[in-house]
Amino acid sequence: MQRKRELTFLENLYVPEILRGLVLTSRHFFGNLFLHTAHLFGLLKNRSAAVTFQYPEQKRPLAPRLRTRHRLTVRDEGTPRCVGCMLCETVCPAKCITIVAGEHPDPNVEKYPVRFDIDLGVCVYCGYCVEVCPEDAIRMDTEILDIAAYSRQAMKLDIHELMNPKLRKPVVECTLKFPHQCRVHSPVLPEPPQQRAELPAVVSRNEPPGPMVGSWEAVYGKKPDSHPA
Amino acid sequence: MIASLFFADLGIKLALAGIVFFGVLNLAGLHTWVERKQSAIMQDRIGANRASIFGIKLFGLFHPLADALKMFFKEDFIPANGDRLLHTLAPFLSVFFALVAFAGIPFGDQLRVGGRVINLQVAGIDIGILYIFAMLSLGVYGVILAGFSSRNNYALLGSLRASAQMISYEIALGVSIIGLVLIFGTMDLQQMVRAQGAYWFGWIPRWGIFLQPVAFFVFLTAALAETKRVPFDLPEGESEIIGYFVEYSGMKFGLFFMTDFIETVLVACLATTLFFGGWQVPYLHPEGFLFPWGAAVPVGQLVYVGLGIASFSLKVLAFCWLFMAIRWTLPRFRYDQLMRLGWQYLFPIALANVLVTAGILAFFGGKG
Repeated sequence: MQRKRELTFLENLYVPEILRGLVLTSRHFFGNLFLHTAHLFGLLKNRSAAVTFQYPEQKRPLAPRLRTRHRLTVRDEGTPRCVGCMLCETVCPAKCITIVAGEHPDPNVEKYPVRFDIDLGVCVYCGYCVEVCPEDAIRMDTEILDIAAYSRQAMKLDIHELMNPKLRKPVVECTLKFPHQCRVHSPVLPEPPQQRAELPAVVSRNEPPGPMVGSWEAVYGKKPDSHPA
Repeated sequence: MIASLFFADLGIKLALAGIVFFGVLNLAGLHTWVERKQSAIMQDRIGANRASIFGIKLFGLFHPLADALKMFFKEDFIPANGDRLLHTLAPFLSVFFALVAFAGIPFGDQLRVGGRVINLQVAGIDIGILYIFAMLSLGVYGVILAGFSSRNNYALLGSLRASAQMISYEIALGVSIIGLVLIFGTMDLQQMVRAQGAYWFGWIPRWGIFLQPVAFFVFLTAALAETKRVPFDLPEGESEIIGYFVEYSGMKFGLFFMTDFIETVLVACLATTLFFGGWQVPYLHPEGFLFPWGAAVPVGQLVYVGLGIASFSLKVLAFCWLFMAIRWTLPRFRYDQLMRLGWQYLFPIALANVLVTAGILAFFGGKG
């Protein structure tokens, strides 16, 4: 195998090769300049003059299979589809999901999560939770990529943000009617101190849950008949 | 009476110097914008476009302003063991010699106002070329002082690289234009430009590039090396090898950067003046346009001079564009390649060019 090709006489002269390079870059320059100018006059908008996506204003098209921030799918009456089976929490290789199941008044549903937390600072975006869910209750199709935050606390999503992907930390208003452990109503936990030394080595996932808030009456309007009294 | 004449002359000269400084400094400042935008458009990018004043972005034209502000507010650092005086002096020397060289560039024909003939050239020097080259060479002092006064081995090595390169290419640069001096028989740039207003067969302008095409290529290459920009940026090597201004920060660093751009403009002016007819517009004579097919369009004196200045500026801008295109197309030379190109190719070619030109002039006689 010949690793280094001998240059021909013309190539050794530099000048023709330099001109070839200049022609190449100039072709790009004038082509793009023409398109930029045309765009100024609102013409040829369908042909892009640059490969750049001007990020905050202009988002890249995402592949439909891309795994982005999680969301919990919602039933018509505004309760989560999740039945608290714990499969996702069990399969999660990063152990970033925390579920506390509660009793659902509908005997066909049996259980639902009173608490559903995902720590995005720990999540590896493997998508196993989506794969394993028998109820299609969790998906990763929100196309939300800007999940970075200034503190570990802000990386932890609870049921409010998971059921409504538009919500960002800090959530100030609870719109969920069914009974759930709601940290929004409890006094806001102080941010952990910024000094590194004072941060616990392992951030505890067993933070004090908020008080139980909400009722099934608020969801269904009245006590459902099927509810075993 | 004499005093008033003196002050009138002084005022005219100051105005000319002001115009040239204004133009050159603005063009050099704009080069930071051109550098970003042209490279971006070449590489299918968009380039700096975020600096805005009250939401007006103007294609990123405020970025040079933002840069200058940033430079002025950065810490001005002088190494503990460095020479305070020389360290401060070096960037000013660099930029001074680059700016002063513009005095010799003629940017227009004679302007006649109120019985007064104004030569559109800051200093009408008989040996304008020598003066400009001398100033270019003196620029090396800024570079050497910068490396030396920093008391930093890397800076010193960088400055040695830089001076070796600049001196090597100055020889090729100087020899390359001897051919033109022989042909035109003058070292006065204004007269050289005027001589380029003649025509072959009545329609090919007798510009330097047609008289001395080989010299033009040698001159262009050597001049690019003088500006110390890619592909000849070994003295600086902004991104990795670091050159003579490694110990500079803030606006002093900015001055070195500015010097590069000013030298680029200077080289563009020189190439225009020597090889592309300076302020000459093809077929434009003081009386008006006289086209080779016989048509004639008379123009006024002011229009004639204005067209000349516009022609000069346009050619300079085109050269600036070309230099920028070269800077963003070619990779950097290795140092041995750089020296070989300078001494083994450019210098002999320039010498041969002088010999051939002199021979032709001797055989066919006269200026032609």
